[in-house]
Amino acid sequence: MSVIPAALATATALAGAGAPAGFVLPYRLRIPVVGLLTAGVGVSGGAAGVAALGGSRWVAAFPGMLPPAGVHMAVDALAGLFMAVAGAVVVAVAVYGIGYAAGHGAHGLGSRTAQAVLPLFALTLVSVPVAASVSTFLALWELMALASLLLVLAEHRERASVRQAGVWYAVMTHLGLVLLLAGFALFAAQAGGETFAALRAGASTVSPTVRGLVFVLVALAFTSKAGAVPLHAWLPRAHPEAPSPVSALMSAAMVNLGVYGLVRTGLDLLGGGPAWWWLALMTVGGASAVYGILQAAMASDLKRLLAYSTSENMGLVLIGVGASGLFAAYGDRPLAAMALAAALLHVVNHSAFKALLFCAAGSVLRTTGLRDLDRLGGLRSRMPVTAALFALAALGAVALPPGNGFISEWLLLQSLIHGLQVPGVAVAVVLPLSVALIALSAGIAAAAFVKALGVGFFARPRSEQAASAKEAPVLMLAGMTLLGAACTALALVPGLLGDALDRAVAAVGLPGSGAVSADGLKVRLADVSATLSPLWVVAALTAAILLAVGLPRLYGRRRRRVNARLWDCGGGAPTPRMAYTATSFAEPLQRVFDDVLAPEQDVNVTPVRESAYLVERVRFQRRVPDRIEHRLYEPVLRSLAGVGQAARRLAGGSVHLYLGYGFAGLVVLLLVLAVGW
Amino acid sequence: MSAVGYAAVAGQLVVVGAGAPLLTGWMRQVRARLEGRAGAGVLQPWRDLRKLLRKEPITPVGTGPAFRAAPALLVATTTVAAALVPLLSTDTAVSGHADLIVVVALIALGTLALALAGLDTGTAFGGMGASREMTVAALVEPTLLLSVFALSIPAGTTNIPAIVDGAVHEPARLASPAGLLATAALAVAVLAETGRIPVDNPSTHLELTMIHEAMVLEYAGPDLALVELGAQMRLTLLLGLLSSLFVPWGIATTASWAALVVALVLFAAKLVLLGAVLAAAEVFWAKVRLFRVPELLAGSFLLALLAVTASYFLNGTS
Amino acid sequence: MGLLRKIRTIGRVAEPAPPRPEGEQLSAAKELGGSVQVRCVDAGSCNGCEIEIAAAFNPVYDAERYGARLVASPRHADVALVTGPVTRNMAEPLRRTVAAMGEPKLVVAVGDCAINCGEFAGGYGVEGAVADVVPVDLAVPGCPPEPDEIVAALRRVTGR
Repeated sequence: MSVIPAALATATALAGAGAPAGFVLPYRLRIPVVGLLTAGVGVSGGAAGVAALGGSRWVAAFPGMLPPAGVHMAVDALAGLFMAVAGAVVVAVAVYGIGYAAGHGAHGLGSRTAQAVLPLFALTLVSVPVAASVSTFLALWELMALASLLLVLAEHRERASVRQAGVWYAVMTHLGLVLLLAGFALFAAQAGGETFAALRAGASTVSPTVRGLVFVLVALAFTSKAGAVPLHAWLPRAHPEAPSPVSALMSAAMVNLGVYGLVRTGLDLLGGGPAWWWLALMTVGGASAVYGILQAAMASDLKRLLAYSTSENMGLVLIGVGASGLFAAYGDRPLAAMALAAALLHVVNHSAFKALLFCAAGSVLRTTGLRDLDRLGGLRSRMPVTAALFALAALGAVALPPGNGFISEWLLLQSLIHGLQVPGVAVAVVLPLSVALIALSAGIAAAAFVKALGVGFFARPRSEQAASAKEAPVLMLAGMTLLGAACTALALVPGLLGDALDRAVAAVGLPGSGAVSADGLKVRLADVSATLSPLWVVAALTAAILLAVGLPRLYGRRRRRVNARLWDCGGGAPTPRMAYTATSFAEPLQRVFDDVLAPEQDVNVTPVRESAYLVERVRFQRRVPDRIEHRLYEPVLRSLAGVGQAARRLAGGSVHLYLGYGFAGLVVLLLVLAVGW
Repeated sequence: MSAVGYAAVAGQLVVVGAGAPLLTGWMRQVRARLEGRAGAGVLQPWRDLRKLLRKEPITPVGTGPAFRAAPALLVATTTVAAALVPLLSTDTAVSGHADLIVVVALIALGTLALALAGLDTGTAFGGMGASREMTVAALVEPTLLLSVFALSIPAGTTNIPAIVDGAVHEPARLASPAGLLATAALAVAVLAETGRIPVDNPSTHLELTMIHEAMVLEYAGPDLALVELGAQMRLTLLLGLLSSLFVPWGIATTASWAALVVALVLFAAKLVLLGAVLAAAEVFWAKVRLFRVPELLAGSFLLALLAVTASYFLNGTS
Repeated sequence: MGLLRKIRTIGRVAEPAPPRPEGEQLSAAKELGGSVQVRCVDAGSCNGCEIEIAAAFNPVYDAERYGARLVASPRHADVALVTGPVTRNMAEPLRRTVAAMGEPKLVVAVGDCAINCGEFAGGYGVEGAVADVVPVDLAVPGCPPEPDEIVAALRRVTGR
């Protein structure tokens, strides 16, 4: 159909117009124009995605465009799903971003560089799924990484930590790129062609060892992009330091592309694989889910909490993808389809609520200048709309009814619970453990988001800045409302996505499960069935609330409600400092998971100058570090530094030494050529 | 759906709603008698609720919508869950929607609402109660969902009426190792969810030992009536869930009035028995330290995990 | 098992209920309908009355059988059981405690100190009797009053 190429061309044209516009226009014009153009990119990219989900397909090749390999593009339902999600998020965040940047001045997100790069970033988000050859994919991937890096660094003048975050992000995303390059190059060399069609056709001729190696390399890169442990360290550093609209785009659209890459390569191009691939993926997913949400529960920085929550949700998605591959490996294709549908549905739901969460956090940051939950509070009366939307998104994030996160988690649990019909001892051990890990992460997520909402928004403000907070401007509220409407729609009528999900799953070769349909979710496999009707649950809850509110009124005496002073145990007015902070809220959980988190404690005692026995000042500091970073990265970095130090000795400074090196190298080269390679 | 189906749902709601204070009264009476006291009588919680409903409603200054909405939300989620769990009949009007995961999630939603209300007051005790309650809730989730998993393996589905039907027709399943392990795990989880000894003492006055009570110290009058009713309904519902899953005989499996009446009588009898056993156990147990509760919950988690693996290996790849 | 044997051999400890106390029932008490939640406030007592109140709720006297129950927060309470002369530091907290209770509410002054400062009348730290700080509905004289008398006062409130 011609919708897809037309929409993609429109998107490219709008981005192409937006980039120079952002660079050239003066500040006051720049932001609305670029915002509108970016929103246009989102709309057209999303339209292409929706068309693909409706059943259209499109394949094209442009041999002249990126010599020598040329550009190959193909859009199917799977790509369409990710394009649609990215497009929708881009539209809402672009509208929000106009309001966000407008108040900030001509630096940060409003600067020329940032506004010029923003439409390009949006374009790459909607076009990475379109790539149909290795070189196109890697080119777009790298463009996306560079664009996001520039956007992450947008506020580098304001805080020193931004630069460090940028360095971490740059290094890790390029590490991912190297791994991708290695994996894909190996695959293409063995399969005899670099277009995805050639890879798909040639995958069966590649030996299992090489296939395994390719999968490992590619999975490492894609799981790192998705924010799964152990290569997740860039996520909690980059997301808090980036401007909030950029954080929203990264968390709600960019990390999805890691999942896309994994599904495309593992299930489509490689055509599935032996069970150990998928068991490893499920392990990574389960570890990310629990570790991510545990760190989120400990975080008192609101955006860091949300970033780690992204890690958790991507872990859940990886569990779904891994389960899907596992079931397909054992031949149970309908169940595999259901697991994949659950994972994809969770991607959609997560994008909706995570973008909204980051936008709300951005509203708070913009008006108070604070990300620290310990110093926020009392925002529900000062920013009622933002608080209400944050609560709506948090309901989705804690995966409880009637939120949208519950629906995808329900489907995922159903697919895992029915998975025991698949034979194998490994399956019998991994599946219950996965269910347990999903349950634990759901429980800790509830604690983390009660903390974020309750400590950050409720009670009374704990600082001057929080007390003087004001509601966000209209455009920001408009963007957030769009996302809120999406969350509500996904929560009440997930059936809207039903056929689209089936087509996306079918694009990978698995039969449509028909799990999501117009009247709720049905799991119908062989002779078993379970149903979930979200609309029914909401209706029942509403009726029950009306009952609970109405009956006491019937029975009680007509007394007027009294506003009384807070019961402060009788002594003194309750100060805001008496309320529980985020750190104190998380303390019981931290004690329970002490062994996993290994918090570091420092006590510094400064004695008075005249006598060592009198204390002038005592300083107590407790940190919950990222233990994986501590245990895994620091030794690697230290050994690299050691190697670097040792290598310095090679550069002795003596000309004779360097001439000797040259001579030795020449001799070795001649020997190699003589032996004949 | 026939009239019997609707009557069954209505009956469940009435039994849980009106019977919850009776069950609490019965448990307090059993406990009083074992302790040598005379006790206030089985109807005392009804008198308490009646009085609370007629008292003056109070909204403390500085609290917000979360505080106002939590009592109604707590009662509402417990009501919907009571309609879904087949306490009286497996052939109700809502059997198709009754999924065990949804019931567990609804109960968690009620807990969440109350925790947010505790934080909304801005007092130290409210925050403390919320923090402890969410920690315990987070640690109970794995046990609950794994028990759901263990129960759904023999039935092949998480639909509760189907599980109960299967248990009624194949009683041997419940006496198997998997069934017993799942019972034990779910029993400990129910104690934690309802805030009974040994996890929490519902009648303590020492704030530093409170988990659930600390969140509701600010509620008065009709709001307090709803909170107390919600907590009592939760206890009734969860004990009813335990009895439906592990002692299902008597539950009406057909849509007939006679079966429904029999089910009602037997349900009351089962709850009376379970309540008496729980109350008697509370006389002998003491509340454990807050930081020993995770050990208790980890133990129940292991039982649930063993239940799942036992169920898998003993049932084969069914 | 020792506890089980004890329960079996000792049986009921609660003394039989004395006859209903005389006196007209307070109007607020009629509204409460046999369910009374009690919050104890020590406004400066020597703890003698506290010991007797604790005794009133123990298995021997068992004030709970008449419908009275101790609660942790004045918001949950209908009756404030105030003991001791009101010291200067406890005057405001006592007022706030009683203000935090919802209508209908009652204040019961327990012990001679609560009624007329008893032994501590004129002390430098004493603000006054309870009636000087909050309106008192019922008084239980004695130094300390016997648990029976405290139970009788509660029975006048519960009407059982």
